[in-house]
Amino acid sequence: MTPIYQSHEDDSPDEEEDEIDFSDLREQYEVRLEEGLDAFVVIDGLPVVPEESKGKLVKFLLRKLNTVGKTREDAIFMPLNDKKMSEGYAFVEYETPEQAIAAVKHLHGVPLDKKHTLAVNKLTDIDRYGREGRIDENYQPPNIEPFTEKEHLRWWIGDPNARDQFVMYRGDNVGVFWNKKRDPPENIVDRLHWTESFVQWSPMGTYLTSMHAQGVQLWGGVSWLRQKRFAHPSVNLVDYSPNERYLTTWSNKPIDVPEGHPVLTAEEDGKNYIIWDIATGKALRSFANIDHTDRPTDDAGNPVKRKMQWPAFKWSADDKYVARLYPGQSISVYELPRMNLLDKTSIKIDGIVDFEWSPSIPQRDGVKLYEQLFCYWTPEKASNPAKVGLMSIPSKEIVRTRNLFNVTDCKLHWQSQSAYVCVKVDRHSKSKKSLATNLEIFRVREKGVPVEVVDSIKDTVVNFAWEPKGDRFVIITSGEVVPNAAVAPKTSVSFFCPEKIKVAGVGNFKHIRTVDKKNHNGIYWSPKGRFVIVATVHSAQSFDMDFWDLDFEGEKPESDKDLTANLQLMATAEHYGVTDIDWDPTGRYVATSASMWKHSTLADEFPQMENGYHLWDFKGTQLREEHIDRFKQFLWRPRPPTLLSKEEQKQIRKNLREYSKVFDEEDQYELDTANLAIVEQRRRALDEWLAWRALVENELHEERRALGLPEDPMEETDPKATEDAVVEEIIEEIVEETEEIVS
Amino acid sequence: MRPILLQGHERSLTQIKYTKDGDILFSTAKDHVVCAWFSANGERLGTYHGHQGALWTVDVDPSTTLLATGAADNTIRLWDVRMGKCLKTWDFPTAIKRVEFSEDGTQLVAVTEQRMGYLGTIVVLDIVVDVNAEQADEPRLRITCEESKATVAGWSYLSKYIIAGHEDGSVSQYDSGTGDLLQNVQVHEEGLQVTDLQWAPDRTYFITASKDKTAKILAANNLKILKSYVADTPLNTAAITPKKDFVILGGGQAAMDVTTTSSRQGKFEARFYHRIFEDEIGRVKGHFGPLNTIAVHPRGQGYASGGEDGYVRVHHFDKPYFDFMYEVEREQARR
Repeated sequence: MTPIYQSHEDDSPDEEEDEIDFSDLREQYEVRLEEGLDAFVVIDGLPVVPEESKGKLVKFLLRKLNTVGKTREDAIFMPLNDKKMSEGYAFVEYETPEQAIAAVKHLHGVPLDKKHTLAVNKLTDIDRYGREGRIDENYQPPNIEPFTEKEHLRWWIGDPNARDQFVMYRGDNVGVFWNKKRDPPENIVDRLHWTESFVQWSPMGTYLTSMHAQGVQLWGGVSWLRQKRFAHPSVNLVDYSPNERYLTTWSNKPIDVPEGHPVLTAEEDGKNYIIWDIATGKALRSFANIDHTDRPTDDAGNPVKRKMQWPAFKWSADDKYVARLYPGQSISVYELPRMNLLDKTSIKIDGIVDFEWSPSIPQRDGVKLYEQLFCYWTPEKASNPAKVGLMSIPSKEIVRTRNLFNVTDCKLHWQSQSAYVCVKVDRHSKSKKSLATNLEIFRVREKGVPVEVVDSIKDTVVNFAWEPKGDRFVIITSGEVVPNAAVAPKTSVSFFCPEKIKVAGVGNFKHIRTVDKKNHNGIYWSPKGRFVIVATVHSAQSFDMDFWDLDFEGEKPESDKDLTANLQLMATAEHYGVTDIDWDPTGRYVATSASMWKHSTLADEFPQMENGYHLWDFKGTQLREEHIDRFKQFLWRPRPPTLLSKEEQKQIRKNLREYSKVFDEEDQYELDTANLAIVEQRRRALDEWLAWRALVENELHEERRALGLPEDPMEETDPKATEDAVVEEIIEEIVEETEEIVS
Repeated sequence: MRPILLQGHERSLTQIKYTKDGDILFSTAKDHVVCAWFSANGERLGTYHGHQGALWTVDVDPSTTLLATGAADNTIRLWDVRMGKCLKTWDFPTAIKRVEFSEDGTQLVAVTEQRMGYLGTIVVLDIVVDVNAEQADEPRLRITCEESKATVAGWSYLSKYIIAGHEDGSVSQYDSGTGDLLQNVQVHEEGLQVTDLQWAPDRTYFITASKDKTAKILAANNLKILKSYVADTPLNTAAITPKKDFVILGGGQAAMDVTTTSSRQGKFEARFYHRIFEDEIGRVKGHFGPLNTIAVHPRGQGYASGGEDGYVRVHHFDKPYFDFMYEVEREQARR
């Protein structure tokens, strides 16, 4: 009740001054004066009972009421009517007004039993709103704002040169830029203190998210106007659903909704997560953090330290479901847009550690019905093996499970088209001394979901990445970690691809090549596949990056003739202090950045310098580099999926040569005009300089002449000028010599 | 362009000067010795002994008769270039940071440090360009810098103005006769000191280097900023090249920060910029500490750089250096 009134009150400042109705204020004063009644609440919705059972009901009620405050039996007044029956309501006096408010907050809408739900209101509120004449009997139509057209949120896609945008956060400024390849990027917008902690693009690039103490704000359109804001005090993190329909906000601190907050209600009080509908800006549902009092313990009985799971609410690929894991117990799947628990119960999976939705609509062989899949795993418990399972939603049917033994940890990796899910299984030997990794690859699209095991790997796999839209993958393995060693162990990079088979389908995964003695720890596939960067990031010692091509068009070695890849190292590059590598959404360019945030978390030996970004093309040629002090973030703006059909895309690929000719011409033209402009500018600079010199020299000569000095000060000591004495040299030459003998 | 490495100093270099003919090079360092070198082959001609503190500055008069030096022992000394004899010592309350002869050699400007309750000053001494003459004991003129101490100073064309660069990044123009402040312009970023000031051959314009990572060319008569060169490191020195329209800038991470820097990040290179177009056109590597001073041969045949590493590197320009021209310059030359 209160919020409705409050939001109404909120609108009033817009009114003209002479229209201000002071009765509002007067009423408020009235309420303040009746302080004695603030500790009273009215409880409605109670069962109607005869006099003799009244005492029982009061006692029962008292137990509920005392959960939020303090009251006594004689402070509950339950009136009886002529028939000696209760009326279904009661008046309660609490010890303090705060307790009364708490009672309204927590007990209102609480079910008493199956038939009865409590309605708890403050007595003063009943008096204020319920009194005769306080509510207008006649319907007043709400004032509807005239329609104003909004800016197109996907305007940047229409750039004639198909350039990409990126956002940079450096110092206290956030700026959005067009990528201009070798040239300095073109600034579109730059704002001081645009965000308080970081910025984030929505998954399709429509919105730029800024973080504030009061909540998050979404920006977009040509003018970068605020599109939406979501109030969440001291928010820490946000997460979008894949199709930008919903937003999850999270704060470490439980929300404390102050009374009369314009957006948040008592519903959100004490919660940590809010799930919002982006289009309407309404909070759909809020959740509290999972209390980790029953923290699982390891074998020695020490509590296992768990990293915070983010996102805690995982979205299905089509925004239809969002699921949350209760570690060790269950998964709760909520249906959008109502946010109701699917089938009203969570899915019990004993011991569950992690799960992952398929990143796109799965197309299982022979399955026609709509479904979403998620993959989960449970560890070994007593004599039961560890299990990896695939579950279909909404049917909750387990599609496939696989038992595993000696499992230390599992990581679930879906391929972007949901054709495979690779479970990286770290297994220990019986003595638990050494670790090895198996890859269990579920072929989701094939009949019966067969599982292929890659167990030829001797070391532990520290990183794994599928080729986007492809069926190849790269792993990084690491040798044994020596405790307290100064340097991290060397790593190896291995490439895998399916072998060629004569029939339709995808062959078994085969090892292509392993590159040894590297320090690499990151795998960055081009979003379009084929190209991959394997790099060393976050390191204080090495900063090298290898650019690989998996479909090299040159000669293929004989040994690889049965493989669906031709691996070639295109380039090796270095970026001192690199912390992040980010491909542009088209896979044409890649930005490597060195962020001050991540440098400061490294050891002290890592100097706080060389922050900035480098820009490369896909084949590892550096296009430009820029050092920016206090550089924090570089993020490419994502693009929405293409609207072209498969056939149209194929057509374009076929005529690529013609298109590229046009683009090359455009590039050349731009280069020429740019050069022309530079030449013109230089010509002007030169002319200006020469004119200025002529003027100054002239003035100087005149002044020198007036003082009786030679025009050029250099003349005085110039050896050529001062020593112009004539040097006479006599050269005697014997022209002819004859000898005559005079006899 | 193979440099000649001059290994004569034991501590970091502070200033280098060519004679007017460019045949001899004088260098000062934080050790207490002034060195004279043949610029053509790097042979050491001699040394000047006498100073009791780190030497900050040196200058030679245009006729190569007298040499003036300033040091942390609070003295300016005048030397007979030929014989290496100290002719005169002027005592001051604080260290001498900069000395410069006027165009005709008859006046010497000096900058004194601000320390121990003394404000920084700029003094002018009258000089008789003769090794046998008696030199005046007291300065002719004393300018006190009340606002921000001067770090560098020099004479404009016809010794009309004294131009000084200050610790706060500003540049002042004084009347050289009366010592009146005519103008003060905030040329560099506030609070980042001007580290060097060197003249064009005819002294109608000059270049300043600053810790704000830029160097600027200013007109001597109105202190208008004509050109600006942006580097990626704090600058210690800047020089104008005769013959070619270039400038040379030098600097690097401050000596105290060097230990936190890997050597390739130190930026200890001499940077060549085009004087008119303000573009960087080349770099010369070699020093393994920041560059403290650069001097250019008065006839534009080469340059010398002195570094925190204690070495002087003398370079003679090759033919490609003289042939290098922008297309628009070539156009201009044909006209």
